[in-house]
Amino acid sequence: MATEAVLQAHATHDVHGDHHHEHHHHETFITKYVFSQDHKMIAKQFLITGMVWAVLGGLMSVLFRFQLGYPDATYPWLEDLLGKWAEGGRITPAAYYALVTTHGTVLVFFVLTAGLSGTFANFLIPLQIGARDMASPFMNMLSYWFFLAASIVMLSSLFVETGPFSGGWTAYPPLSALGDASPGSKTGMDLWLISMALFVVSSLLGGLNYIATVLNMRTKGMSMTRMPLTIWALFFTAILGVLSFPVLFSGFILLIFDRNFGTSFYLSDIYLAGVEKALPNEGGSAILYQHLFWFLGHPEVYIILLPAMGMVSEILSVNSRKPIFGYMAMIGSLFAIAILAFLVWAHHMFVTGLNPFLGSIFVLLTLLIAVPSAIKVFNWLTTLWRGNIRFTPAMLFAIGFVSLFISGGLTGIWLGNSALDIHLHDTYFVIAHFHIVMGVASMFGMFAGIYHWYPKMYGRYLNNTMGYIHFWATLAGAYLIFWPMHYEGLAGMPRRYYDYSIWESFKQFAELNRFISTVAMIVFAVQLLFLFNFFYSIWKGRKVREQNPYNATTLEWTTPINPGHGNWVGEIPEVHRWAYDYGKDGKEFISQTTPIGADESSHH
Amino acid sequence: MMATSVTKKETGRIHPHKFTLWVAMASIIMAFAGLTSAYIVKKNQSNWLEFQLPLVFWYSTAVIIISSVTMHLALKSFKVREMQRYRSLITVTAILGIVFTVLQYVGFQHLEKAGISLVGAKSNPAASFLLVITGLHMVHVLGGVIALLVIFFRAFRTSVKQYSPVPLEIAATYWHFVDLLWIYLFIFYNWVG
Repeated sequence: MATEAVLQAHATHDVHGDHHHEHHHHETFITKYVFSQDHKMIAKQFLITGMVWAVLGGLMSVLFRFQLGYPDATYPWLEDLLGKWAEGGRITPAAYYALVTTHGTVLVFFVLTAGLSGTFANFLIPLQIGARDMASPFMNMLSYWFFLAASIVMLSSLFVETGPFSGGWTAYPPLSALGDASPGSKTGMDLWLISMALFVVSSLLGGLNYIATVLNMRTKGMSMTRMPLTIWALFFTAILGVLSFPVLFSGFILLIFDRNFGTSFYLSDIYLAGVEKALPNEGGSAILYQHLFWFLGHPEVYIILLPAMGMVSEILSVNSRKPIFGYMAMIGSLFAIAILAFLVWAHHMFVTGLNPFLGSIFVLLTLLIAVPSAIKVFNWLTTLWRGNIRFTPAMLFAIGFVSLFISGGLTGIWLGNSALDIHLHDTYFVIAHFHIVMGVASMFGMFAGIYHWYPKMYGRYLNNTMGYIHFWATLAGAYLIFWPMHYEGLAGMPRRYYDYSIWESFKQFAELNRFISTVAMIVFAVQLLFLFNFFYSIWKGRKVREQNPYNATTLEWTTPINPGHGNWVGEIPEVHRWAYDYGKDGKEFISQTTPIGADESSHH
Repeated sequence: MMATSVTKKETGRIHPHKFTLWVAMASIIMAFAGLTSAYIVKKNQSNWLEFQLPLVFWYSTAVIIISSVTMHLALKSFKVREMQRYRSLITVTAILGIVFTVLQYVGFQHLEKAGISLVGAKSNPAASFLLVITGLHMVHVLGGVIALLVIFFRAFRTSVKQYSPVPLEIAATYWHFVDLLWIYLFIFYNWVG
């Protein structure tokens, strides 16, 4: 395998291409679809597993929105569906917290981390840098199988008697450390920890591979500054993951010892009212867990966001028929965000008793993120400016991403202030902020990526009409759901409460909550349309007939319409220019594989 | 060996698997950096038990340093194709790795005998940290032992001859890494933390 990788990286032998051409005729169903080591198939495995989780996680949000929107109503069919979770037709408090927790965990880690960067790093890195596969296809396969194992363990936690973990996706101790603290802290929490440990392993295996591949396996001529921005973004994402997930893992190890071996890392002076027991633990600090958790937790936000940023940059440029504005500034701002991501974690902890002086430093570092973010937004808008825009569904989702990133990013400036945070922390304002800027925006990036690269994945097109309906309903729905939450949060409405109708201060929001819940159901239904489009088009979609349907410059469009394992028949093409030669010297576009002409104006 | 000739043509370019190892080592460093930072944070709070590290940890430190030397010599013998010497050196290295983890375990027992609980209701985070951090390091050393065992059995296989030094070089780099990691932890426990 080692020698093969070296050969693949350079591929200077004629024999080699032929060898690959023959190779994929021998594949069986098992090696092609199940234990595949082809990065394109692994990408699809990540994508479809992520989609399953998106449906489950989305459905969970619809269920707890039932409780929030219609707290007094009872629905017998809910009891038929969920059994004791919805006794008397109403979601029970235990089930509500289980749903909220699992929704958060699943969406953050399984959908927007594994589903997003797992899919597109696997799919795009080798195709866009000109490699036959990853540096280690075997580790890549393991990465998916660890993710699947994590998924199965997490799924199984939904079916244990005491229910899945229900102490919030951040799993703060003591709730997560003490089995007696709540039903969800028993077996559900054990399974949660096992699942997350497997997930961290999967992320690390994937991330190691992505970094090694980007740095070592680029084709001839593909210097770092000729790479498409997708690759830069996925590269920084992988670095963030590889450096921050181990710290989360360390935090989990200490948590496991507190749970199972009676240590006191996070526990001190606790009296459990439920079982009327005073615990012997002394000297632990629950805040310690928060530091370790958010040291991952904040980079995790950018692990989710950067791939979307990269894909959006690429899609905006291709569909504006213009070079990306400020290519080097885009790389620089990605780099700045990646560095700052590690230096701002304590802004999640302003009200934990953090030293106010330390807090002010974290305020400064947090607000600094506005600078690279603003550079990116400026460059996206200037890329669109006077472009010859093609409004494909992928392009619409990319523009939607920019819109959501601006709207959600602005509220980040509010929350980054430690003084404002005293009022806003743990309110619906926070929910509105991170759902728009990280959740929905990254989902839009993911949709943009799926619509754009679907023809390369399956050799067929998605249906555009369904794509347009999907886009407009989702964009309008996203704003209608999350915009009103800002007002609720400013009024001080805390997050994670089971029933707001019993609070005099929040009764005024009863109808607003019902409105949000109703829109959430409609938006969820629209996603089913997308699912139908996706699976229908795999078999019945319009066939791709041209090698380069978008007239794009990047390398993935120089492969055959349905590339086999190894991607290129014969030699890997050589690269002569950067990825953004659109509208140069009067030419509509110039592929990266075209040599520099004699009378060409300045080039990258 | 066409493969080696191709590799040599591209001098100055690191082998992808070696590079992956370096990234993985950065990742492992972050895990230990997280734990030792937590250690410092916790130490500066109330209820921290001060105690002397048992003498046996000095022995284990000596053992792992010697194992790094034997690992280095094993790699050297492999490169000059002194296979007999290489086999015995790699065997010694693996055994020293196991001796190291056993000594660490003995160190834990000495602490327990001295009345310093590592786990359980009476434990102090100071001792528990020592157990968790050292234990995680032991797991990493055992991972290295497994890697050596795989290479060890390859060394005795006669049907396929191994010429590429890359797998052994990767194992050696990792071995020196866990050695340095322990020296860092040892200094940290004794003089920094």
